[in-house]
Amino acid sequence: MRIGVLAAQGAFAEHIAILHQLKVEVTPVRLPAELVGLDGLIIPGGESTSISRLMLDYNLASEIRSLAKNGLPIFGTCAGMILLAKRNSALAAEPLGVMDITVRRNAFGRQRDSFETELSIPVLGEKPFPGVFIRAPVIEQVNSEVEILARLADGTSVAVRQGKLLASAFHPELTNDLRFHQYFLDIVAGGTT
Amino acid sequence: MESGTWKVKTGLAQMLKGGVIMDVINAEQAKIAQEAGACAVMALERVPADIRAMGGVARMADPTIIEAIMKAVSVPVMAKCRIGHFVEAQALEALGVDFIDESEVLTPADESHHIWKHDFKVPFVCGCRDLGEALRRIGEGAAMIRTKGEAGTGNIVEAVRHMRAVIGGIHRLVNTPQEELMAQAKEMGTPFELVAEIHRTGKLPVVNYSAGGVATPADAALMMQLGAEGVFVGSGIFKASNPEVRAKAIVKATTHYQDPEIIAEVSKNLGEAMPGLDIKQIPAEELLASRGW
Repeated sequence: MRIGVLAAQGAFAEHIAILHQLKVEVTPVRLPAELVGLDGLIIPGGESTSISRLMLDYNLASEIRSLAKNGLPIFGTCAGMILLAKRNSALAAEPLGVMDITVRRNAFGRQRDSFETELSIPVLGEKPFPGVFIRAPVIEQVNSEVEILARLADGTSVAVRQGKLLASAFHPELTNDLRFHQYFLDIVAGGTT
Repeated sequence: MESGTWKVKTGLAQMLKGGVIMDVINAEQAKIAQEAGACAVMALERVPADIRAMGGVARMADPTIIEAIMKAVSVPVMAKCRIGHFVEAQALEALGVDFIDESEVLTPADESHHIWKHDFKVPFVCGCRDLGEALRRIGEGAAMIRTKGEAGTGNIVEAVRHMRAVIGGIHRLVNTPQEELMAQAKEMGTPFELVAEIHRTGKLPVVNYSAGGVATPADAALMMQLGAEGVFVGSGIFKASNPEVRAKAIVKATTHYQDPEIIAEVSKNLGEAMPGLDIKQIPAEELLASRGW
């Protein structure tokens, strides 16, 4: 199994380190040629505007969009989720627009409002998952094909799945808990529905 | 829910990796920087080249400038306070800036003590010239480090010197036998725990950017190849003849730093770079990098 990690800008090294722990082959992706032969793609946290500008170069965004439409599993964290969303309530970036969700950027405020909290994520088992939210977005609306995987105590949706597309508002790559990445690899392997 | 934790402070710095942080002095420049792909902006009253030219005491920017920039862009906004001036830092935190740079570019307020940064919820970035200085700042609570270089010169030589000193220092500690680590910590004047951590992990516990002298896409890629995890560009963009084009080129060069063909392509037709300064022509007492310890 070979997973690509978009390496335009952001915390891509952290995703790569986790994938190595899970014994997966990893390709950092900066150019379309590096997308060839991937079984899945991760779009990391970072600055969504910055990443989206860099994705417009060399047609990277349109290549990823067409791969997603052809069923490539993609996992986006934070900025990655913003880029995957079809709708963005404060549109400053050009998203890939492949997931049927509406997101709101910087939904909690500025950096001083960034926080950590424990999340209940039933698909990952009973043990709470460490949620690291950094200038995080939230999911405001989903269509009926989208499954909500995690909510904050107040009901706000913070992780979703639509078919082979997975997105979280928080950063599993900043924790030592490998379960979210393992869940994505299970989707890639076709093991979960 | 817990805010202001070490994890969310250092985590924001991790989100900035592989990016370019640009100095801006008004909302219009901030928008240009964001549009070019900057992963954050540094809100200032004057860029370092002008601070250097004007002389006098350089202080925290007027909050109205910082607020205007915060309103204009969605990327993180950083602002500078003077070394040791914890009240400027408190004011910046109250304004809601996303990162504070305790910076040698401003005139130091305290020549003996830097800010105790663990007391703040907002993360700090600090400058360093070598590994010892980096670890002292991390010990005080810096969630991100940048090598100092020599701001406002458009000359990369000091940035290279400082990055090589930090990376070389890490290599030396990794190869230092366990029983010599305490003597090393004493010699470097740094906390033993951090020396032991570097020996064990082979890397800094926080993100390390490069600053002070980046003027071209090749400069940015040079610093990335030397081990920087991103670059600050101060005067290098808005003191150049065509800021939009240069800003985009530096962003691209930072992402594709290992790709000489792309570096060559984005270096074409950028117009005039900022006028540079020879470090040897600057009197020793005017070197910004020697501020702080």
